[in-house]
Order: sequence, then C-alpha cells, then structure tokens
Amino acid sequence: MSCSRRKLLKSALSASVAASLPLSAFRFLSPAECKAATGTEGTRWGFLVDTNKCVGCGFCVKACKKENEVPYDAPVTRTWVERYVVTKDSKTHIDSPMGGRDGFTDPKIRGEEIAPADIAKTFFVPKLCNQCENPACVQVCPVGATYQTGDGVVLVDRKWCIGCGYCIMACPYGVRFFHPVHKVAEKCTFCYHRISNGQQTACVDACSFGARQIGNLLDQNDPVTKIIMTERVAVLKDEYGTKPQVFYLGLDRNVR
Amino acid sequence: MTEELIVHGLEWTDKLLFVYPNEFIYWSIQIVMYPYMTGLVAGAFVLSSLYHVFGQKDLKEMARFSLVFSLALLPVAMMPLMLHLQQPLRGMNVMFTPHFTSAIAAFGIVFSTYAVIVLTEIWFVYRQYFVQQTIALKGKEDLASTFKRTLYHVLTLGAYDINEEAVAKDKKAVKIMAAIGIPVAGFLHGYAGFIFGSVKANALWMSPLMPVIFIMSAVVSGIALCMLTYIIIMEWKKLMATLARGRGDESVGKIRGAEMEVIATTSRYLIMFLVAAISLEMLDLIFRGYTAMKSWDILRSVMFEEDFVKIFILQYGMGNFLPFLLLMLPGLTIRRTALALVLVLFGVFMMRWNVVIGGQAFSLSFEGFMHYHLPIIPHNLETFKEGLAGAITVIATPFILFWGINKILPSLNIVDNDL
Repeated sequence: MSCSRRKLLKSALSASVAASLPLSAFRFLSPAECKAATGTEGTRWGFLVDTNKCVGCGFCVKACKKENEVPYDAPVTRTWVERYVVTKDSKTHIDSPMGGRDGFTDPKIRGEEIAPADIAKTFFVPKLCNQCENPACVQVCPVGATYQTGDGVVLVDRKWCIGCGYCIMACPYGVRFFHPVHKVAEKCTFCYHRISNGQQTACVDACSFGARQIGNLLDQNDPVTKIIMTERVAVLKDEYGTKPQVFYLGLDRNVR
Repeated sequence: MTEELIVHGLEWTDKLLFVYPNEFIYWSIQIVMYPYMTGLVAGAFVLSSLYHVFGQKDLKEMARFSLVFSLALLPVAMMPLMLHLQQPLRGMNVMFTPHFTSAIAAFGIVFSTYAVIVLTEIWFVYRQYFVQQTIALKGKEDLASTFKRTLYHVLTLGAYDINEEAVAKDKKAVKIMAAIGIPVAGFLHGYAGFIFGSVKANALWMSPLMPVIFIMSAVVSGIALCMLTYIIIMEWKKLMATLARGRGDESVGKIRGAEMEVIATTSRYLIMFLVAAISLEMLDLIFRGYTAMKSWDILRSVMFEEDFVKIFILQYGMGNFLPFLLLMLPGLTIRRTALALVLVLFGVFMMRWNVVIGGQAFSLSFEGFMHYHLPIIPHNLETFKEGLAGAITVIATPFILFWGINKILPSLNIVDNDL
C-alpha cells in the first residue's frame, strides 16, 4: 500500500479529532460542583471572633495543631493569636511568638520592655482562614488542587497540589504555608472533618471564653448568624475584594 | 532538625519586627531565574527572526546561532520552575488539569506552542542539511557514522526532496514560523510579568505595567546576550584569521569593520529598549509615590532603606545608567560595548531579583520585613535546589545543551547552505 506524507498527516489529524469526540461527551465537574451535588445546600459556614473575650491563652492554637497534625514545634500554624499593645505615643507593638501557642506570659514584646504606665490599650486578635466568598487562592491555583466546597470552605487536595506556592503568595491574610511533612499547601479548613459531622471546630471547643464561634450563615436562627446580622461586625482587609467570612466583634483600627 | 520541623523558607528567611507566623520567602532564587531565563529565550528568538522575517543580511550568521541557542535555552526556561516545586513529580498536572483562572495554568500551553514553533523552524532550516548528511554518510560502516546516518535519516522525517522548488518552500516555511514566533515569544514573556502583576495581595507586584516592563527588560537582556555572544564569536574569528594570515591581513580588518558596524547598529536598538524599560519602571515608582496608597509607607522603607543598594545602586546605577553612558559616549569600541553588555545583563538580573525577592521583603501586615539569605553551600536537597548551586546549574545547562545540540545541528561554521 502506498501512502504519501500528505495522506498520512491527513489521516492522523482526522484520527485524533475522531478520538477526542467521545471525550467531549463527558462533562468535567469541578470538585466544588461535585460537593454541591452531594447535598450541602442550605449551609454556608461562617466564623465569629469576639476580640473582647480573647485572653491570649493560646489553647486554640494548641488544639488546632494537635487536631490537624501540624507539627507542634514547627513555626507554622493554621490559626494564631496576635497581641497588640498600643502605647500612649500612638505606637503599635505587635507580636505572636510561635503563633501564640504557649500564651503570652512574657510582658516583653520582641525583647522590648514596655512600662505599664505607657500603655494606652492592649488586646488579642485570633486569626484563621477567612474562607473568602471570592478566594484569591482558589483563583490562582494552576491545577485546581484547591477549591471551594458548596458550603463555602476552601480546601486543598494533598494528592494533587504541585507545591508551586502561588496560593500562598495570593492570600492577603498569610494563612497558607507549606506543610512540613506533606510538602503541599496547607491551610485552616474550619476543621471540615468535624463540622461536616455535627461537631465544633477544635479551636472553638478549646476556647473557654467563647471568643471563637462557628455557625451556618444561611440559618437565620443560628446564634452566630444572629449576632452577625444584628451587631456591628467587621472583617479583615476588605479592600482586597475577597469577601472574608470570618467576622470580628471589637476590631481595632490598628489590627493588621 | 527532625524532618517534621523543616519548614520551607525557614532556612533562608530572617524576620524583622512583626511578620505573620506563616510568612517566609517562599519564592526564592529559582523564581528569580525563571523570568530571567524566559527573557533570554524570547530575546534570542526575536533576534534570529530579524534575519528570517525582515531579511537583515548582516545578521545571517547570528540568526542561525541564536535560533539553535534559543532551542538550548528552551528546557532551561522550565527548569527553575521544576526545581522550585515542592512536588516536582506532579509538575505535569498543569497539563492534565489546567485551571484556567490561574495565570500559571496557561504556561504549559503557551510554552508548548512556543517550543513547537522553534522546533518546526529549526527543522525547516536544517532539512536540507539532514538530507545532505544522510547521503554523505552512506557507505561508511564505522559505528559513529552508522549512528549519525540513522539519526539524520530519522530527522529528515522522510522528506528527501532537495530540488530548488522544495528548498524554496522550506525558506518560505521558515519565514512564516519566524513571523508567528515573534508575537508568541513576546506573549511568553509578557505573560511571566502577568503572573506577578496579577497578585493583588502583593503591594509591590500588583501593577498593570508589570507585563510591559517584563517584555521591555526581556528584549533588553535578549539583545544584550546575543550581542555579547556575537562579539565573542567575531573575536574568535578575528583571532583565527590573525593566526592564519597575520595581523596586517586584509581579512582581519574586514571582520573588524563588519563587527563594529553590526554592534553599532544593534546597540542603538538596545538603548531604545533600555530607555523604554527604565521609563516604565520610573513611571510605576512615581505613580506609587504620588498616589501614596496604604502600602506606600512600607514600600518606601523597602526601596529607600532596606533594599536601597540593590535597587538604586546595583540595578539602576550599575545595570542601567552606567551602560547607557558607556554606549552613548562617542568613539564606541568593542571592548567598551562588551563591558556595557555585561552590565546590562547584570542589571536585568537585579531587576528580576528586586521584583521577586523585593516583593517578599515586607510582611503582608505592613509592619515588618523579611530578609533573604541565598544558601551558598548546600547541605540538603532544598538548599541545593533553591540556593547558589541550583542557580548555577540553571545558568550552565543551556551551554551544555548547546554543545550537544551543536554537534547535530552545527550553527557556528556552516558553509554552502544559504538558508
């Protein structure tokens, strides 16, 4: 059989087109679509932090590290607590040693002693993933390894993440890091394995002062939703357009 | 340190004042190398296209060399990315499940398109040579010749026709590929700028000017590298001519004259692009200062205090202003040009450094700084990959590849082939 090059190229082209046709009969579902299809409508997880109640004990950080298997002594963490000391000369001193894991027992801030008489105000601010409505980290993931579930939580697929770090760069809140053992992007999941089973997150359970609460924002009778609807709450860095879903009571203008 | 305490970035990051606990310099030296190497690839290809598309006869020798060199540089544009990934074995996932809202996802497609164009163009340029080699090596029975003949035989892809008409078609195809290649090369690099410019969380990177700045500096570095290589090749030729025929020979003078003319012409283009690149960067800086958004306080302290030497002395001073002066002063010599070119290449490298590392020099909290310490002596895989050793590997690879490719596709001293 004789076969010219032109003929070969022609047949190769039509063969590849023919081969790809059956593939297009299938629709690719994003992980978020799959999750939504399995029935999470009616739920949108939201978080409420009452900074007035936080005493900076660090139990939430401890609990989170243990629950989510983030190496205890590694200087990275899914949630952390920041201490703010504003002095009478309007200067703000901030620290969060080991993410506030061991509490704030040392009055020195990064080695600097501040005389109690100079202090105008001081407070603690717990931080965690804002599970944004419009998450920048999901937008920039080149392989779709990080995704938003139907009930609004942003998760990472540890088996598919390539570890490029683009999501870490894209998050304005600095909540992401590389897991020291798994070597992939890691972040707060609102303890998705717990809240999906009717439990509280580890940090909410560990907080003895009620500074942290989680709730369903679509349920108007949810105590958390009620507070968010009726009281004056703030979010962090709304100028980035990410629409964060962690709400703060008593947020000071000095909070970064 | 036990394995579970090895946090990526901890090794080379120094924190100052208040920085969020999870913040480290995650994008290090390899991400500096990535735009630098892509810039060189794009620049080398554009230079070769000047001959094929616009028929710049004086660039004939240069065109073939820069085309083959851009092939050698091709895998090297991807290498820094692979060395930087935490899961390099999953790098292919970008091709399997591209997530198109991400600027990186298109990389696989843009890059493969570009690779196909370069390979196609090279095939058309060298097809005649492949056929000639297959014929010339016929009958030789030693192992090396058999291997070479088989290789060239395969490379012809069965196209043995080398009559005038077929060769004319080849030429036309080369011209078309080169013409398509120019915008693709530009896109490949402008897009690298978009990867940075679109990160809204980073106050230094986020700017619509970023892709344009990246293209300008890519062209600058590409032209500079090709000019420098051209000077080295011509100096080598001159040396050979001098050794063979003596210093006073007519041919030596001829080479010198031709070399000077090409260099003088090309350096005018270089200056033009250099001015464009600096103007855009200055515009960006002035605009940030004038609008003085929330981030300006921290950016100002990074630029004018923490990184002053790297930005204003090394990048703008030594890398831009000094070579500009060297090229503008009357009585341009080859030696002075060569010095200016080395400085330009250094300046573009510093620009990449100041963008990538400088963008991570301040905390997202705007209340603290991070300093990057390049690992010099590696003591584990990570400090090798993302340290001086990794950077040198990336720089050395194109030359090693070129040495190998040049054995099959001779690009330096080819005769009797007028493509």
